Amino acid sequence: MAEPTIFDLSVAGRTGVTFPEPDVPETALPKGFVREKLQLPEMSEMQVVRHFTSISQKNYAIDLGLYPLGSCTMKYNPKINEAVSRLPGFTATHPLQPIDTVQGNLYLMYSLQEMLKEITGFAAVTLEPAAGAQGELVGTMIIHKYHKDRGDHQRTRMLIPDSAHGTNPASSAMMGFDVVPLPSDGRGNVDIAALKELCDENLAGLMFTNPNTLGLFDENVCEVVNIVHKAGGLVYGDGANMNALLGVFRPGDVGIDILHLNLHKTFSTPHGGGGPGSGPVAVQQHLIDYLPDPIVGMIDEGDEETAPFYGFIHPEKSIGRVKSFYGHFGMHIRAYTYIAMLGKAGLRDVAEKAVLNANYMQVKLKSTYTLPYDRHCMHEFVLEGYWKDVPDIHALDIAKRLMDYDFHPPTNYFPLIVHEALMIEPTETEAKETLDRFVDAMLKIAEEARTNPELLHDAPHNTPVRRCDELKAAKDLVLCCYVGDDWPGEKS
Amino acid sequence: MFTPHTKHDVEVMLKSIGVEKIEDLFQEIPTQFRYPDLNLAPHLTEMEAASQLESIASANATTKDLLSFLGAGAYDHYVPAAIDNLLQRGEFYTAYTPYQPEISQGTLQAIFEFQSLICKLTGMDVSNASHYDGATAAAEAVILAYDNFRGKRKKVLVSRAVNPQYRQVIRTYMQAETSLQIVGDDIGTGINPDMQKFIAQIDNDTALVIVQYPDFFGRIIDYTQLIKTAHEFGALVAVAVNPTALGLLTPPGEIGADIAFGEGQPLGIPLSYGGPYLGFFAVKNPLLRKLSGRIVGETVDADGKPAYVLTLTAREQHIRREKASSNICSNQGLMTLAATIYLSLLGKTGLQQVANLCYQKAHYTADQLSGIDGFTLVDETTPFFHEFVVKCDQPIQEVLDHLLEHNILGGYDLGHDYPELENHLMLAVTEKITREDIEYLSAVLQEENHG
Repeated sequence: MAEPTIFDLSVAGRTGVTFPEPDVPETALPKGFVREKLQLPEMSEMQVVRHFTSISQKNYAIDLGLYPLGSCTMKYNPKINEAVSRLPGFTATHPLQPIDTVQGNLYLMYSLQEMLKEITGFAAVTLEPAAGAQGELVGTMIIHKYHKDRGDHQRTRMLIPDSAHGTNPASSAMMGFDVVPLPSDGRGNVDIAALKELCDENLAGLMFTNPNTLGLFDENVCEVVNIVHKAGGLVYGDGANMNALLGVFRPGDVGIDILHLNLHKTFSTPHGGGGPGSGPVAVQQHLIDYLPDPIVGMIDEGDEETAPFYGFIHPEKSIGRVKSFYGHFGMHIRAYTYIAMLGKAGLRDVAEKAVLNANYMQVKLKSTYTLPYDRHCMHEFVLEGYWKDVPDIHALDIAKRLMDYDFHPPTNYFPLIVHEALMIEPTETEAKETLDRFVDAMLKIAEEARTNPELLHDAPHNTPVRRCDELKAAKDLVLCCYVGDDWPGEKS
Repeated sequence: MFTPHTKHDVEVMLKSIGVEKIEDLFQEIPTQFRYPDLNLAPHLTEMEAASQLESIASANATTKDLLSFLGAGAYDHYVPAAIDNLLQRGEFYTAYTPYQPEISQGTLQAIFEFQSLICKLTGMDVSNASHYDGATAAAEAVILAYDNFRGKRKKVLVSRAVNPQYRQVIRTYMQAETSLQIVGDDIGTGINPDMQKFIAQIDNDTALVIVQYPDFFGRIIDYTQLIKTAHEFGALVAVAVNPTALGLLTPPGEIGADIAFGEGQPLGIPLSYGGPYLGFFAVKNPLLRKLSGRIVGETVDADGKPAYVLTLTAREQHIRREKASSNICSNQGLMTLAATIYLSLLGKTGLQQVANLCYQKAHYTADQLSGIDGFTLVDETTPFFHEFVVKCDQPIQEVLDHLLEHNILGGYDLGHDYPELENHLMLAVTEKITREDIEYLSAVLQEENHG
C-alpha cells in the first residue's frame, strides 16, 4: 500500500503542536510584506508520528541487517553515540557563545583533532568540512593555494587513478585543475610507468585512494609518493577506506601530504539516509597554515591549578572558511566517543576484523563469481556480476535479487574499471553466521541465474515497491507534491 | 569492542582463507610502517564513556542555563518532542543514501515531502534534497549562476547585509575562478547598505545578485526594484531567507527571486554548537537542470504502483565526474527529515504562530531597550522580524560581560564582522523568550547603565 503524502493527509484546522498566546503588547505586522497564502499540511501529532513511522518501515537499515555497500563502510552505529550526542550540555550551546562558556565543546573538538592526528600520522587536523566531498574540496583548495603561493601557476595537472571515487575529479575541477586519469597495473596498483610519464613541472598533485576502490592496498605506496614529491607535486590521500588501516598503517608516515577522513564511515557516526556526514582533513607540517578558518587550539596549557584553555586559531595562509561555524559538531561527539571506547587495541581490532571478514567472503565467492584481481583484499573486494553462459544476467539483477533474501545489495557498477562490478564491504561488526547467510544467498542466486533467470530479471519481489521506472522519473518530472489552488488540505 | 568474532570464528575463517594468522593479510603494507604504536588514552567501557561525556558536556554553560538573545545565523527555537523520537528510528538514521529505491522508500518519500514543503514555503518551483548549510548553499548559488552563463558573465553582486559567513564561504569556494569578481559588499556600511548605489552596480556582466530577507540585521527590505533591475540586465537573483520568517512574510518566489536558499536550522534542529544544520535550496523552473545536489522524483514501479527515486542523476559527480558543476555527494538526510517533521507538526497555524511570536517579542524587546539610557535602536524606520541592532554608549564586550554575570547571553557583537559597527549589539528573540525574560534583560541593562 502506498503511503499518502503529508499533503494528502492534511485536514484543515488540525495542528500537531500549539504555542502560547503572545504575552507582550501586540505590534502591527509590516504592511505590504505579509504573505497571503501558506500551504502547509495540517495534521495532528499522532497522524505525523504514524506517517513517519509507516514510511520508515519501507527502509532497509543497518539496524535491520547486513549492508555490504563497498566504499561506504556501513558498520554498526553504537547507541551510546546517540545518547551522548543528545546531552543538553552539547545540543543547547549556541555557536557564537563566548568561548569560556563552551570549554567542554572546545575540549572535545581539540581532543578529537589530537586523536585523529595520532591515528593518521599527521601534524594537524581540521574538523570543519561537512562531508567527505567537502574534505576533498578542502584538499584541492590547499593544493591550489600552496602552488599559487610559491608562484607555481603552471601546476594545473591533477592525476586521478581510474579507480577513484567520482567526487575526486569533481573536487579537482572545482579548483580549476586539469584532471588526468591514471591507469592501474595488472595487480590493481597505480601504474608506475604511467605515473612517471605524467610527473613534470606541470604536476599539481595526485589524488590517491589507498586501499583503492578495488579493496587493494597499493604495494608501491612509498614509491608513488616519492615520484610525485620529486616532481614537486603534493599527494592527496582519500581516506574513505581508512577502516582497513586503523592501528595498522598511518598514511602520514609515508609522506602523504593531505588526507580526508569520513567520520560517517570509519568512525561509526550514522549515515542518516544520506547525511549529515563529516569529513575532517589532516595535513603535514608544511601545510598547517593553509587549513580552513578556524581550527580549535589550546590557547593556554594551564598548570596544576588551572585547566588548559581552548579557543580558535586562524591559520595564517588559510584557504578560508568552508562552512558556517565549526563543522558538524554532533558528529564530532559521536566519533570522539567511539575512539575513546576503542583505544589503541580496539582500533587495530576494527581493521583486522574488517579485513578478515572481507577475505573470508572473497574466498567463499571467488569460485562462483569472477574475481578480477586475485589477491588478499583489505576491507572490501570487487567481483564481476556477469557470466558468459548467461549473458542476459547483469550485476543489477543480482543486486536486486539479493533484496529478496533480505540483504542490502553491494555497490554496483563501481569502480568503473571492473566490468559489471559488485563491490562488497562487510565491515568488522558483522558476525560469521551473517556472512555465511550472505554467501549462501549469493551462491543460490548464481544457481538461479541458470535455472530460473526470470527470478533475477523481475527481482525484487518481496520489497515495498518493485523495480522503479527511473526513465519515467527523469522524463515526466514530478519533483514535489501537487498542491494546487483546489487543494482540499486547507479547506474546512 | 563492537566486533562479534569468537576465537573459534577467527580460526575457522583463517583456515578458509588459507592463512595462519590475521597479520598474514597485511603483508602488503611496508614492514617498517606496519602496526604503529598509537599514543591514545586507555579504552573506556560504555559506562565510563557515558560518564566522561557527561562531564565534558557539563563544562559548558547552555542556553538552558542562560537566557539567550544570540542569533546571527543560528536560532534557539522550541523543538517538539516527536521530532527526535522519530529521528531515532534506526530505519531512518542507520540507512544509507537511497540509491536502491526498492528498499529506501521511507527516505525517498521524506525527501520528496521536504522538497514539496520548501517549494510551498519559499514560493519556488523546484527544491533539491539540501546542501550542507546556509553558507554552502550560498556558494552553490554562485556556482549555479556562473555555470548558467557558462562563465561569460563575470560579476556576482552580494550585499553587505548578507551573513558575513556566507560571503566568506562564497569567496573560499570561488578562489580558483580568477576571472570572477565578487563585489558589492564594500558598498555602504553594514547597517546602511545604500540600496541605490548597490542597484547601480548591476550591469550586463552581472551573473547573480545576492540579498538576504530578512537581512543579516533582521530587517525586512523591499527588493522589488532591485529584482526588476537585475532582470532587466538579464541577471539572476538569489535571496537568502530565514524559513521561520516565511511563516509571515511574502515568499521570495512571489517577489521574483530566481533562487531561494537559506539555513534550515530554525526548522526543528538543535543549536548543537553550529552543526549539523541544513542548507535548503530552491529555484524557478528555468533553472531546474542547473540545480546541483540530489533530487527525488515520483515514478511508478514494475507493477505500476507509485514510487520515489533519485532522479536527474546525470547532473551529479558520480556520473559526470570532472564535468559536474558541483562535487556535492551527500545531502543533510537526517536534518531534512527533522525539518519535514517539524513543518508537518506545526503546519500552517503552528508556523504562523511561531513567526508571529518571534515578531511580537522582538518588537517588545526593542521597545524596552530603546527606553534605556545609553541604548539606541539603530534603524527605527525599516520593519524587522526577530532580530535587531542597538548602539551602545560603551564597548559591547563590557555590556556582554555584565549580562553574562546575570546569566544572560546578550547577543552578538557586530564589531567582530563589521569594523564600522563597533559598539553595535544584535539581539535575536524567539518564541522561547517570555515577557518576564525581556523585562529581566531590560532591568539588568538599566542597572548596568546606572551602576
